[in-house]
Amino acid sequence: MSKHTLSVLVENKPGVLARIAGLFSRRGFNIDSLAVGPTEHDEVSRMTIVVNVEESPLEQVTKQLNKLIEVIKIVELDGPASVTRELLLVKVRADAETRGQVLDAVALFKARVVDVATDAVTIEITGNADKLASFLRLVEPFGIRELVQSGMVAIGRGSRSISERTLRPVSIPAPPAATG
Amino acid sequence: MSEQSTGAQVTGAQSLIKSLEAAGAENVFGIPGGAILPAYDPLMDSTIRHILVRHEQGAGHAAQGYAAATGKVGVCMATSGPGATNLVTPIADAHMDSVPMVAITGQVGASMIGTDAFQEADIRGITMPITKHNFLVTDPADIPRTVAEAFYIASTGRPGPVLVDVAKSALQSMTSFRWPTELNLPGYRPVTKPHSKQIREAARLILESRRPVLYVGGGTIRARASRELRVLAELTGMPVVTTLMARGAFPDSHPQHLGMPGMHGTVAAVAGLQRSDLIISLGARFDDRVTGNLDSFAPGAKVIHADIDPAEIGKNRVADVPIVGDCREVISDLIVALKAEADAGTTGDYEAWVEFLSGVKQRYPLGYDEPPAGALAPQHVIQRLGAIAGPEAIYTSGVGQHQMWAAHFVGYEHPNTWINSGGLGTMGFSVPAAMGAKVGCPHKVVWSIDGDGCFQMTNQELATCAINDIPIKVAIINNESLGMVRQWQTLFYNERYSNTDLHTGPERRIPDFVKLAEAYGCVGLACESPADVDATINKAMEINDVPVVVDFRVHRDAMVWPMVAAGTSNDDIKYARDLAPRFDEDDL
Repeated sequence: MSKHTLSVLVENKPGVLARIAGLFSRRGFNIDSLAVGPTEHDEVSRMTIVVNVEESPLEQVTKQLNKLIEVIKIVELDGPASVTRELLLVKVRADAETRGQVLDAVALFKARVVDVATDAVTIEITGNADKLASFLRLVEPFGIRELVQSGMVAIGRGSRSISERTLRPVSIPAPPAATG
Repeated sequence: MSEQSTGAQVTGAQSLIKSLEAAGAENVFGIPGGAILPAYDPLMDSTIRHILVRHEQGAGHAAQGYAAATGKVGVCMATSGPGATNLVTPIADAHMDSVPMVAITGQVGASMIGTDAFQEADIRGITMPITKHNFLVTDPADIPRTVAEAFYIASTGRPGPVLVDVAKSALQSMTSFRWPTELNLPGYRPVTKPHSKQIREAARLILESRRPVLYVGGGTIRARASRELRVLAELTGMPVVTTLMARGAFPDSHPQHLGMPGMHGTVAAVAGLQRSDLIISLGARFDDRVTGNLDSFAPGAKVIHADIDPAEIGKNRVADVPIVGDCREVISDLIVALKAEADAGTTGDYEAWVEFLSGVKQRYPLGYDEPPAGALAPQHVIQRLGAIAGPEAIYTSGVGQHQMWAAHFVGYEHPNTWINSGGLGTMGFSVPAAMGAKVGCPHKVVWSIDGDGCFQMTNQELATCAINDIPIKVAIINNESLGMVRQWQTLFYNERYSNTDLHTGPERRIPDFVKLAEAYGCVGLACESPADVDATINKAMEINDVPVVVDFRVHRDAMVWPMVAAGTSNDDIKYARDLAPRFDEDDL
């Protein structure tokens, strides 16, 4: 098994997420992470889906996704040619004695403290999965009280856009109204 | 109909009916109820014929039968909640068998959605995995475009069911009716034209192979490619197998035809696939009922897989040459490529292969064990039915033993004359599907070949047929049991017949099918002796003003052969119980 990152452009319509989630569960594919959000086009949303499958089921996933009417385009983003980010918010135990060490870790990782309490700090950090895992290993000994993490978002490197060519609306002539 | 494009003020309900008219719907099968009620008022004044069925499942299967017989989009209509959920089985059936169908359902008013209102069911959510696409319409302005898109999606690419759920509030609001001049479906672009490089590659493999076989599936029928298929087969001399969904795509009488492959396929068709070195799959999907154990299926064969649905290619079996495209276009392009080769003097050499297979076909013809003296063989009934009603008639079936016998013994010569539930395997499909086929093809004889179990699931539609002048003919192959299940119990469960006796035999006869037919305003006939079969069928053929139901009381121990036991290899096919055919490699 290996991880694959799929960028899926979908029509921004109600029920699209349910369709995609349903397809994965029905066909027995596991989603590692899923993130949905708007794009530069109002009528299009973009999903970043990380799946853990072999090569041939991946092809089947992609083909089945493509069959969904509201799926416009699917691109697999491979590691070196793309940038991936996840967002982590973590509440770490930090009293007067340990706060300094925790803040050192925050500085080292270019993370940010977004909230402070007497016995804890809440830290925001973005990065790829490896960076977030390393950070967590470092702060774990202080005690993690709560943790929340986003799905991965990813974008290809370079100047090209995956949406530029496909988003021209392709109109299909409607069947002429039957008379009679 | 000039007002259709003027944008005149109408109710959403009127807009819905105008949209269905504009989309070309001529017949709609359905049942009204609270949420869809507004639509039934303008329906009274419409050119559309609405046929009031007795159960929504009947409406759905009738729409399927109509679509399968005519190639047009079948339409069914139901109210919200239970009306809609009763359509779930036919929708799933249409999805599995790629039947173009549009289902219109009423939904509770927009403000009530999500409140667990009376007769509310999330039918769009429920049908997401079993439709090609579905819509929920809450704004009446969206009705024409949605209906246009639904018909377009249902009938193009790989056909399938599309559900349009319309909130009652949208049906009751005022709106303007404008039939769209274009559809905007940016994510829907089915590829119909095959890639020329793939066609050349396929032609090369066909010419190189020594043991090719044309594996013809239901896609060939949906693509209306029978004529082209025959040209391709005769041009090359390649043997042909037609799957359960493709019976009729190639004439049964044709010498190149090996019959149906699969779990209950002919020995020749199964051997043809197993021993081939090249399978040319045309609109087929390597279903488990065809391949048996996938790992040992046709081990020496390369595969050319042509399908309009790219997801079918490589799903179960790796394709050496994948071709995405409409079957008719694929076959036409193959003909052009192979004709050019033939003109240049290059043709395939399949002589030894064809000879081998005709030997297998001769040694293991379709047949059946003679029943006990005086008893009626179900296969004989179906064979005579096919012979007397002839290949111009349309035959529908339920699911089980009678379905397999009907697939084998009727004898099909034309596409769209064999209509059954292949993928989902829906018992009860036959009677309503026959009703739909008869509505679509009123001048054709339509026989529903049904089992006594299947018949009892949907026979209420006999009332619909009798009242609406839809004179179908039903042959109940009555073996007093859930026959296919009973056969498995005989073979694999030590003859322990758990819950398969239906008591429709002489000692109880519950129900009495003849009386039941009469109660529904149909003619009821019974036949229990081989000597009476022809006379009974002829009598049924003469009655054309009302539906006829014939109770053929057949002997209950007849089994479907040949058979490949579930999960085993096609190499282990049994011609009859404890009789394995021999088709060794040495014979080739």
